[in-house]
This record gives sequence, C-alpha cells and structure tokens, in this order.
Amino acid sequence: MNDMSNKWIGARTIRPDGADKVTGRAQYSADYTMPGMVWGKVLRSPHAHAVIKSIDTSKAEALPGVKAVVTAKDIVEFPLDKSVMLGIQDMRWMCRNVMAREKALFHGHPVAAVAAISEEVAAAACALIEVDYEVLPHAIEIEDAIKPDAPILHDFIKHEGKPSNIAGTMVLKTGDVEKGFAEADVVVEHTFSTRAVHQGYIEPHACTVSYAADGRVTIWSSSQGQFMVRAMTSLLTGIPQSNIRAIPAEIGGGFGAKTIIYLEPVAVMLSKKSGRPVKMVMTREEVQRATGPAPGSLMTVKIGAKKDGTLVAAEGHFYLQAGGLPGSPLRGPVGCSFAAYSIPNVYSIGYDVVSNRSKVAAYRAPGAPHGAFATECVLDEIAEKLGLDPIDMRVRNSAKPGDKAIYGATFGDVTFVETMDAIRKHPHYKAPLDKNPRPGVKRGRGVASGFWYNAGGESSVQVNITEDGNAVVTTGHPDVGGSRASIANVVAELMGIDHSRVSVIIGDTQTIGFSNLTGGSRVTFASAMVATASCEKVIGQLKDRAAQIWKIDAEAVKWEDGMALPAGDNAGKFPPLSLKDLAAKANEMGGPIGTQVQLNTTGADPGYATHCVDVEVDVDLGIIRVLRYTAAQDVGRALHPSYVEGQIQGGVVQGIGWALSEEYVFDKNGRVDNAGFLDYRMPVCSDVPMIEPIVIEIPNSKHPQGVRGVGEAPIVPPLAAIANAVNDALGVRFFDLPMSPPRVTARLDEAG
Amino acid sequence: MAKLHVTTTINGEPVEYLCDPSASMLDVLRGPLGLTGTKEGCGSGDCGACSITVDGRLMCACLMLAVEAEGKTIGTIEGMAEHGVLHPLQQKFLEMAALQCGICTPGVLIAARSLLEKNPDPTEEEVRFGLAGNLCRCTGYDKIVRAVMETAADMRETVR
Repeated sequence: MNDMSNKWIGARTIRPDGADKVTGRAQYSADYTMPGMVWGKVLRSPHAHAVIKSIDTSKAEALPGVKAVVTAKDIVEFPLDKSVMLGIQDMRWMCRNVMAREKALFHGHPVAAVAAISEEVAAAACALIEVDYEVLPHAIEIEDAIKPDAPILHDFIKHEGKPSNIAGTMVLKTGDVEKGFAEADVVVEHTFSTRAVHQGYIEPHACTVSYAADGRVTIWSSSQGQFMVRAMTSLLTGIPQSNIRAIPAEIGGGFGAKTIIYLEPVAVMLSKKSGRPVKMVMTREEVQRATGPAPGSLMTVKIGAKKDGTLVAAEGHFYLQAGGLPGSPLRGPVGCSFAAYSIPNVYSIGYDVVSNRSKVAAYRAPGAPHGAFATECVLDEIAEKLGLDPIDMRVRNSAKPGDKAIYGATFGDVTFVETMDAIRKHPHYKAPLDKNPRPGVKRGRGVASGFWYNAGGESSVQVNITEDGNAVVTTGHPDVGGSRASIANVVAELMGIDHSRVSVIIGDTQTIGFSNLTGGSRVTFASAMVATASCEKVIGQLKDRAAQIWKIDAEAVKWEDGMALPAGDNAGKFPPLSLKDLAAKANEMGGPIGTQVQLNTTGADPGYATHCVDVEVDVDLGIIRVLRYTAAQDVGRALHPSYVEGQIQGGVVQGIGWALSEEYVFDKNGRVDNAGFLDYRMPVCSDVPMIEPIVIEIPNSKHPQGVRGVGEAPIVPPLAAIANAVNDALGVRFFDLPMSPPRVTARLDEAG
Repeated sequence: MAKLHVTTTINGEPVEYLCDPSASMLDVLRGPLGLTGTKEGCGSGDCGACSITVDGRLMCACLMLAVEAEGKTIGTIEGMAEHGVLHPLQQKFLEMAALQCGICTPGVLIAARSLLEKNPDPTEEEVRFGLAGNLCRCTGYDKIVRAVMETAADMRETVR
C-alpha cells in the first residue's frame, strides 16, 4: 500500500470541495440563515480588569425588538475548586471565558448577550445593559504580572504558597545540568521575548443556532471539530449531547484557534429563551480583542557545548501568557525545545502566567515556535563561537532511534538529520550571497530547525458503495487545508477506481462516529489510517460476495483495479466482477455494501523541519525583507503533494509574520490598540517571496501509507531562522520579536 | 429612516432592492440578495475578502454604500463562471491548489481577474503588488501567485 508508483496516492488531484470554493457556493459559518432568525450580539467589558458587582438587563429587555438577554447566570457554572476537563480544556475556565462570571478579566470579555430582530437593535440593547463594575488595576505583560506587587487576577491561584499570577508550572528534566555545564567548553545564555500573535484566520467566528420546541438543538458553525462544539456546548448549557446536532460549516481558517468555542453556547441559550433561531457573527475587532491569540513569552535558554560541538547541557525557563484564565501551552516550549537533540543534561521549566488579556488559544504547534526561537538562536551562537557550520553542529547532536525523549516517549524513527541534509545539499545553502549589495543594505543567511510531537487519536470514517457502484466517504473532521483531497486519493487507490468515482464529505455529529479535533497535525494521519481500515472491510465484503457468486472460497478472490478476480487455482475461471456489478447485485446478496470504522489511532511519529532563509536589512529604515526561503520537512508520505506543500508554505509565511511584523499593542488602560488588519500587520502577498518546500518522504512504518503529520512543524523554525539570518547580515543578535522597523532601528542604535 | 430604492445590475442581471442609507454593499449582497460568495473578513477594507467590481473597477464591498450601486454594474464571484464554465483563473486555482480554506478565494479571484484585465502579462512582482490587498492566511501566497501567472500565460496564448 505504500507503493510510490501508486496511481492516486501522491497525485495532484482536484480537491472535492474545490468547485464550490472558487464559485462562492461553499457555505462558511456566516453564510447560513434560518426562517424566523434573529441576531445575537455580545456586550463586552470596557475594562481590562474589574469586579462585576451587578448587571441590570431590564432596560435592554424592554427595548422593542429584543427577544432575549443572556448573562453568566444562563451558562452552566463549573466551580473553581473542581477541574472538569474536555480534552485539554478545563471547563472552569471555558465557562468563565464565554461569559464573565465574578470578574471581567480583559477588555472585550463577554458580560452579557442580546438577541433581537436586527444587529442594530441588538447593539442598541447591549448599550442599555447596566453593569456595575469595580475597576481594578490591571497587568498585561508577563513582566508586570509576575512582579511581587502585581494585581492578582485570581485569589485561588497560589504559587510557592503565595497569591500569584503564575497559575502552574511544568518541568521536564534529565541528568544533572550543573554537572553538564561544568563540563562545557562554551556556554551561551540569553533571554528572549516574543509578543502575542493572532492566528489571523480570515473568517471571524460565527454560528447559527436553532433551539427547537422539542428541545433539540442544531448548530451550524465553523470549528476544528464539530464534536468539540457539541461536547462543549452540552457542558455549558446542560443539554445532552444526543440533543445537539453540530453541523460543520466550511471553515475559513483556524490554525488551532477554532479548537474552542466562544459563541455557540451563548447562541443556544439566546435561542432557547427567545424561541427563535439565532445568528451571531463576530466583527474583526471582536476577533482580535477577545479570541485567540497565541501567547507572548519571556524565555531564558542556556546551552553548553564541547569544543567539537557536542551539546552537554541545556536549561530553559519559559514564561508563557495564558490570558485572563489559566492554560498556556507549556508542553510546546518545555517539551519541544530540546527534544530533537540528544543532550545528556536538561532542565526545562514552563510557567503559566495569567494577565488581563484574552485567553490564549492554540496556534499551530502551540508553544513550540517560542521555544525554538530561543533554543535555535542560542545554538546558532554556539556554532558561531566554535567556528562550526550550524547544520553540521545540529546533525552531530541529533536524537537517535531508541533515545528516550525528554517528554517521556522513546523515539522510533528519527528523520531529523534527513531534513538537515536536504538543506545542506540544496543549492540555496551553497548559493553565493552578496552581503553588502548596496549602501545601507545588508544581507544574511540563517538556518534553524524545529520539532513537533504530532498526534493520532480518534477518527471515524464511513465508506459506502452507491447503488451505481461508486464510493461515498464520510469523515468526521473539518477540512482545514485539503484533507478531503488526501482521503479521496487514498480511497480511489485502495478501491482501485477512478478518482472521479469517489466523493468525500464531512459528516455532522449525528451522522458520523466520534472524531477528535482537526489539530495536532493529526487529521490526515488518522483519517487515512481509518479510511484504509474502512476500505479493507468493504473490499472484504465485495470479495465475499464474488466468492458466493462463483461458489469458491473468499480467500480465493483478490481485489484489483476495482474488480473481484478469481485467484490462485481459480484464476481465469470466471469473468471479473466489477464494483458496479457487485453494487447492482447488493440487495439480493445480503444488502447494502459499506461500513464505518472507528479507531483511536496511534503511531504518529514526530515531525522534523529544517529551514534556510536569506534576508535583506535596510539599516536606516529598519525594514527586513525575506529574499529567499527553503523549508525541508519529512512528511512520511505526501498523499496529495500540493496540499502538503501548501501546509509548509502557509506555516512559513505565518512564521515570517511572527518574526517581523505581528504583535499586539496595548494602550495604558489595558485595551488592545491594534484590533484590526490595518495595524495588526500580517504578511501580504508583496511582503514575501516564493517559499520552496523540500518534501521528504521517508514512510512512517506505523502508518498504512507512511504518513507523518505535516501542518505544524513548518511554523516552528522560521522565527529563529530569520533571527539567525539577521545576525548573519548585521552581526547583531535580536532577542525580541517582532523584528519590526522601530525595534530594528532601536536595537541597531543600542548596538552602536 | 426610510429605506432607499436602488436599481442596479449584478452579474449581468437587473436587480432592485431596498436598503438602509447606512447599509454597505456587502450587507446587501450577503443579506437580502443572498450572494454570500462575497465574504466579510474585516469590514474595514483591509483583507479584500469582499472584493467585487463596480463598473469594472475593483472595490471592497464593505467600503461602498449599497445606495452607490444605483445605475452601476456590479460583478461578484457568483458571476465569474459563465454558463457553468469556470473562468480560467478559477480552473487554474483548482488545478494548482491555490486555495486551502477558501475563505479569501472569491476575493482573490475577483482581484486577480481585475489585475489581468489591466495587465495581461504581469511579472511576479506585479502580481504580488496587484494582490497585496487580499489577505490569505493559509497558502503563503506561493501557489496563488503561480496560478495567476500561469493563467495569464494561458490566456495570452488563447488570444494569440
């Protein structure tokens, strides 16, 4: 099955959802309507930090056209002293994030919501809600939140026995770092900071919800998991999952951030109270203020090496923003930063820091780009100090199969060196670079690597054979970047039929078995594995039926090119039976042909990536441009190469934005000062060059097609790769992101 | 305030609607007219997801009042394929995987068509600047730029 000469696996087929998407017919979350629908709007806190003493909704309720008002009283409360987890989300925090309870914890925190006959009336009603706030001092940045006299967000949080904004820590260690550093010939230590960055999906959060007279709920919304929407809505409204049908709309980008919900439970309660379907759509400003982002960080990394470049000790202290409620992705930097290297002595600790900002959400390899920025810059400096090629030094220290990872697992295949070799051998790495092309302009080249865990988990796939002998495949995963196209290729290959005869759709929560989130680089890995098991079962059914017709043993039948053929001693004795022939006889031979397979998949080996980048710095203006970018990654097997390349290219450009231009800016009152796409500066088309992906295919032996997760590893190296290139250009290291023009000029002034 | 009556042409068809004086073209397209192919990403003219043409000129529908459509000719993504045949850009985007999530795609296609009408033989830099008003967060733009340039080459070949 893992044959590189396959006909469909590895082919650049046209995606099943493509025609609808280029003609405007694809329905995203804001594109649904319902008869009798009303509009919901959220009232948000005007303060960064305040006690909510009382809420009076009477004037809003009296406004003509208002159908319902909802506050925290309408959302199920999860008491602070008892954790209730759904996946990695603690419902204590989720219930307080969708609707502020005791306190407003950030500017934009939802406080109440209104359903009315129009968006305008709903907004007018929000303005009539009277909230009595006791405004408290706020803390926004990590440095401010961990100061001894910082305003404390939550009385129940204690760190080292004292009230604190450090909500938790995570430690991984091996060996003895003090002993390790004592053995080192060179030790480099730096403190780094990165700013919060938004996932920047173009589609704002939206949903349309119907709470029907019989208590059954239908939700149309875009997310990275309709089952997550159902489960979380159920927990926050008290409605059983069997009564909630969550229908996945097309998703207009998520990148991790749509693995949690904001609007759905609020809309359900508005619909229940009003007796009308309710539609809610966030504005871009609401998205920027109150959803996501990825955390900002403050990190100190220290690494020691022998003269030959052998790494002997590493220590990392990673402070990550959680937002107003606990839950920053500590396992990213703590677990990934040193994971790809074989270092005998490691101490890695993360701190989950709450402050008055919106609660962070997952963003592509959550936390790993932060840690890699610090670690890969320190490694670059060690190589520079020792006069070693930075890739050679990394190769020397690569983890090996059988090594125990710092996070506990034992490595199976390790294909890290292959990504570095691919860059070393690529013309880009050897191409001459004019470091002083014009007066006032410097150029440099940098490399960095990245590691991400990848994931397996639960997936369900149905394969049903239509009466006319074609295949319809249903998966339970929202398709964020071409997973339907990949599964279509796999099913066409395994069933031995033309790609045009396979249709792939995404089921809703009540039509397909449980399927976990589209996240963790897991969906193509897991759903291809489960689709394979489904196809094998269906082929088994088809062979059984052919055997019955021919009156031979099922073992004496083989499936080839979409046909059952008599095999072995019977070869050639009967004419083949095609899928169409067998479909036509289905009902007289035991009924419909098809199956659903549900598995908790395992065997997702980690992802490795190594990137090389050339930059140009305008020394006077502080503008950094990326001139050339090459990204190597082991993907195991590219089921659909175009969408594999697309994941790499997209991840890299998000990394470029993170490194050079994206950041949250707050005013002195703790309000986001750049809550829009004009001032929150994501890369546009003219900011970036072509991104050349090097797609390495070393099959994952634990997957039927050899797949390894792809989506997240590409965003891990760019921050450090670009910083290392800037250092190569200027001889000045940057420890703080983004390397935006004001910061670049300030740093150059400081460096003289 | 009373609604205003507008007579216009959308995708070659005569259209009339009533709208609030403050309604944007985007509100009316996506609301009463049901043309939801035009997307709202920001409402401030920064993302280009609502790109349409007005008398052949590229516009963000969110920055235009619906009453301004009076007597004009509006083009949206729903009118890009003709008689069920995809525009060469639409076809090339599918073949070259120039979309991932697809939310920016209608706006990118409208902007790219506009670009090629003005400049049938754009350089890579001209394509990049021509599409700089259309944010895409998924693709890193690489496959979009390639698809637009290849379409331009194909269309020049067809004209010849």
